[in-house]
Amino acid sequence: MRAMTRVLPWAVVIGLWYLIPATGLVSQALVPTPWQVLKQFWVHMTTKSLWLDMLMSFMRVGLGLSLGIVLAVPVGFVLGWYRPARTLIDPLVNFFRALPPIALIPLVIVYFGIDELAKVVMLFWAAFFSGVIVMYEGIVQTNPLYVRVARTLGATDLEIFRRIIIPLAIPHVLTALRVALGVCWATLVASELIAAQRGLGAVIQNASNYFQIDIIYMGIICIGIIALAMDRLLRILTARVLVWQDRLAA
Amino acid sequence: MNKNPRIVLDKVRKEFDTDAGKLLVVDGVSLTINDGEFISFIGPSGCGKTTIMNMIAGFQQPSAGAIELDGKPITAPGADRGVIFQDYGVFPWLRVKDNISFGLSLKANYASRPERDRVAQHYIELMGLRGFENAWPKTLSGGMRQRVALARAYAVKSEFLLMDEPFGALDAQTRSVMQDLLLQALEREGKTVALITHSVEEALYLSNRVVVVTARPARVRTIIDVPFAYPRREQLHRSPQFAELQYQVHAIVMREYENQQRLSQ
Repeated sequence: MRAMTRVLPWAVVIGLWYLIPATGLVSQALVPTPWQVLKQFWVHMTTKSLWLDMLMSFMRVGLGLSLGIVLAVPVGFVLGWYRPARTLIDPLVNFFRALPPIALIPLVIVYFGIDELAKVVMLFWAAFFSGVIVMYEGIVQTNPLYVRVARTLGATDLEIFRRIIIPLAIPHVLTALRVALGVCWATLVASELIAAQRGLGAVIQNASNYFQIDIIYMGIICIGIIALAMDRLLRILTARVLVWQDRLAA
Repeated sequence: MNKNPRIVLDKVRKEFDTDAGKLLVVDGVSLTINDGEFISFIGPSGCGKTTIMNMIAGFQQPSAGAIELDGKPITAPGADRGVIFQDYGVFPWLRVKDNISFGLSLKANYASRPERDRVAQHYIELMGLRGFENAWPKTLSGGMRQRVALARAYAVKSEFLLMDEPFGALDAQTRSVMQDLLLQALEREGKTVALITHSVEEALYLSNRVVVVTARPARVRTIIDVPFAYPRREQLHRSPQFAELQYQVHAIVMREYENQQRLSQ
């Protein structure tokens, strides 16, 4: 039954995918069948090392995400914890966060060239600004009661930080990671527009130059699957680390 | 009970800065809390009782006057004064036994691992938490959480318990059970207790003395000596003397509630 409910939505999507072109509403030339896409996937895996594109994209996202979050956690924490810092920096954070990464491409090329660095910078940007917001919104909502209790038990400032504030911040770090992960995958294609040789964004770009719609589909689905898998992994990790948390549903 | 004064409030005054100017919350409260005594504060919501408690706990400092513990001014919270909050404050990321032994893992009251376990087990028994040692707080009811909070304060051997409406969020039956649990714990391991409550019944059942606090700014309206001997048991509620005293105190308290009502209109 559980397996059924897992598979069912996908079965429906694939079913619709077959059906809609068959109704003639959309030209069959513009919508490849799932089978065609699967064949392309096989061909690309075996002859064009699609796995390398996946790996490249995965590495870029991983690197940008890690760097972004590593910086977002302390910055978000300081913003959340110290009100003056928040009033000072909050408008700046929101200004930069509102900029779509794609609009930054020309500047990124000017300052960072067209190599790996440029792509990682864009992903870092995306991860940092989405992560920092989640982090500091979370810290702002920290219940001061726990800090007070710890003080009445004799805790020093350092002990309060290590034993109270860090455990309370961990859920927000994990949420920041998940949110930033989504934003990073969304930014990936944009970052790989910067003259990427390899990567799923590059695969999609190249295919669109030659109007290879089945390959575009394949690239998009690959991104979706990898992003889904990473999110799933993070959710499992979250559930492991945060067994103590109240949750509406498991 | 000996008459050894421990906490002394001397003309304590507390004002807060608000957008509308200074707000006087506590005005000239003088009071002595003796060793081993159970003292309750009763008065309308928003009257300033909690501010008095916060100053005794060391979270806030008086604007004027002095609060001293054994002759030394109170400047900060400390493990000698355990605070029990209405919202329990049980750490959700720690299991029951780790919550209870938390204080003993701090530098201020450090004990070795086996010693911590022994103390935690002792208070798990005392508070009727056996079987819940490894439970996560999210799985516990309000009454059980408050037991954990009490055990945690007991574990650091705090001499004082400062309780701010500790049973206010509990249903009537659980509340009654918790009152008896507290009395039993105090019989076995005495402490000096200051309790804030809205319930005349609770104040009279638990305390040696009941301080009726006026509508804001908080002043001491009157202090009532409760004549019933300890150990007290549930049946005390049914004695005519208890009913009579409850009636009298209720009348005094109600007047202050009405004053506070007028204040907030």
